Amino acid sequence: MKFPRYCLRSVLVFAGLTLLLRAQDGKKEWERKEKESVYAELEKVPERDRQKTNPLGRDPDSVAAGEVLFEEHCEECHGSRGVGGKKAPSLRAPEVQNATPGAIFWILTNGVVRKKMPVWSKLPEPQRWQLVSYVKSLGTVEPAGSEGQLKP
Amino acid sequence: MALILTKSFYFFRLSSGALLLAGFLFICSAAPLEAQENPYIVAYDHNLEEPGNLEIEYFSTFGTQRGGPGFHAFWAEFEYGATAWWTTEFYLDGQSTFDQSTLFTGFRWENRVRPLKREHFINPVLYAEFEDINAADKIIKEVEGHDVEADQAVPNSIARQQVTREIELKLILSSNYKGWNFTENTLAVKNLSNQPWEFGYALGVSRPLAMKGAAHRCNFCPQHFIAGLEMYGGLGDRSSFGLHDTSQYLAPGLAWNLPSGWTLRIEPTFGLNGNSHQFLLRWGVAYEISGFARRIESMFKGRE
Repeated sequence: MKFPRYCLRSVLVFAGLTLLLRAQDGKKEWERKEKESVYAELEKVPERDRQKTNPLGRDPDSVAAGEVLFEEHCEECHGSRGVGGKKAPSLRAPEVQNATPGAIFWILTNGVVRKKMPVWSKLPEPQRWQLVSYVKSLGTVEPAGSEGQLKP
Repeated sequence: MALILTKSFYFFRLSSGALLLAGFLFICSAAPLEAQENPYIVAYDHNLEEPGNLEIEYFSTFGTQRGGPGFHAFWAEFEYGATAWWTTEFYLDGQSTFDQSTLFTGFRWENRVRPLKREHFINPVLYAEFEDINAADKIIKEVEGHDVEADQAVPNSIARQQVTREIELKLILSSNYKGWNFTENTLAVKNLSNQPWEFGYALGVSRPLAMKGAAHRCNFCPQHFIAGLEMYGGLGDRSSFGLHDTSQYLAPGLAWNLPSGWTLRIEPTFGLNGNSHQFLLRWGVAYEISGFARRIESMFKGRE
């Protein structure tokens, strides 16, 4: 028995498309897991560092200065106003926004070098705390939501 | 024939011009990213290039020498953050000795790897470099063994004929503490033509002029300026280790990190003994292209 040529071609195209879509799904799944594992780094912060309070928390200029620093050093990867980019996850996810200032400061200081987050200890401590103030001021955006859906 | 040559010449000029223009436009289209560079020209700290970023740097050293004419040595660096723990860098060196000639003196390829994934009080970085340069090289990117000022008084026409291929290893130990950076580099160099190991060192300390960031964008805010001091010199070789017959330098420096991605550095350098150049004026300019790898990738991937 011989299959008509067009039939074989259709089967091949269908199989190719299925593989492509599966690969896309696989890539998305891998990206999702990768992002989750980045957030999991926040769980590894030592308790003593987690409890640190932001010494510039009451500084009225801290958020504005943090915004300038964020645009200069972080926006390229984490996207405008921390909504996430191709290279780095959203900083407005509940995992980050619910983390203590000390935990965010610790991640900034130590980086997550195996997952491409550089060490930012080259910024002086006050500037890292200003960045923490800004990140915490951004508020949460639910993963499925848009930038406008902020939680108070 | 002459017509063909003329046409080829114009075509070459046009294509190089187009390439330069394309390169310039590519650089201009890149997102600006403020670098936070220390003023060191010789010493390294443990801060590596951010992953995917390319920093293009040009450095220049003006020097006078006893027993020979003054010189201008220059080099270009292409520093790329391969990952957050590995930075690779390629150098092209050249020099111009007054009343002699201007020449390309060789290339270097270096790699820096951060073995510990977290920040510690002292942070080690492992450094390995291969260099293929000739004896006319005067950039003084490091001082090793018994390098002295008199070595560089040899005329270019003679010095350029002696090619050296070396492997250079460094242990960089660096700390950031309360805004200060302290770094100590120990280096060991092996000439691949069966010469003894040579040693050297570099020490550096630096601090931004302000610790807090300003609440508005500015070019002249003190946090963009980092002042520092570095000291470096040779430590002899395997058979004659020590400070005798070596050159030693002390260099205060200043780096200005502009929010537009440019960094300017200046470092007057003073020789500390009779074997050293009495004075060198060193300066550099650097531009950091953020997301360089992604931009190259997107050029070949098409639109999503």
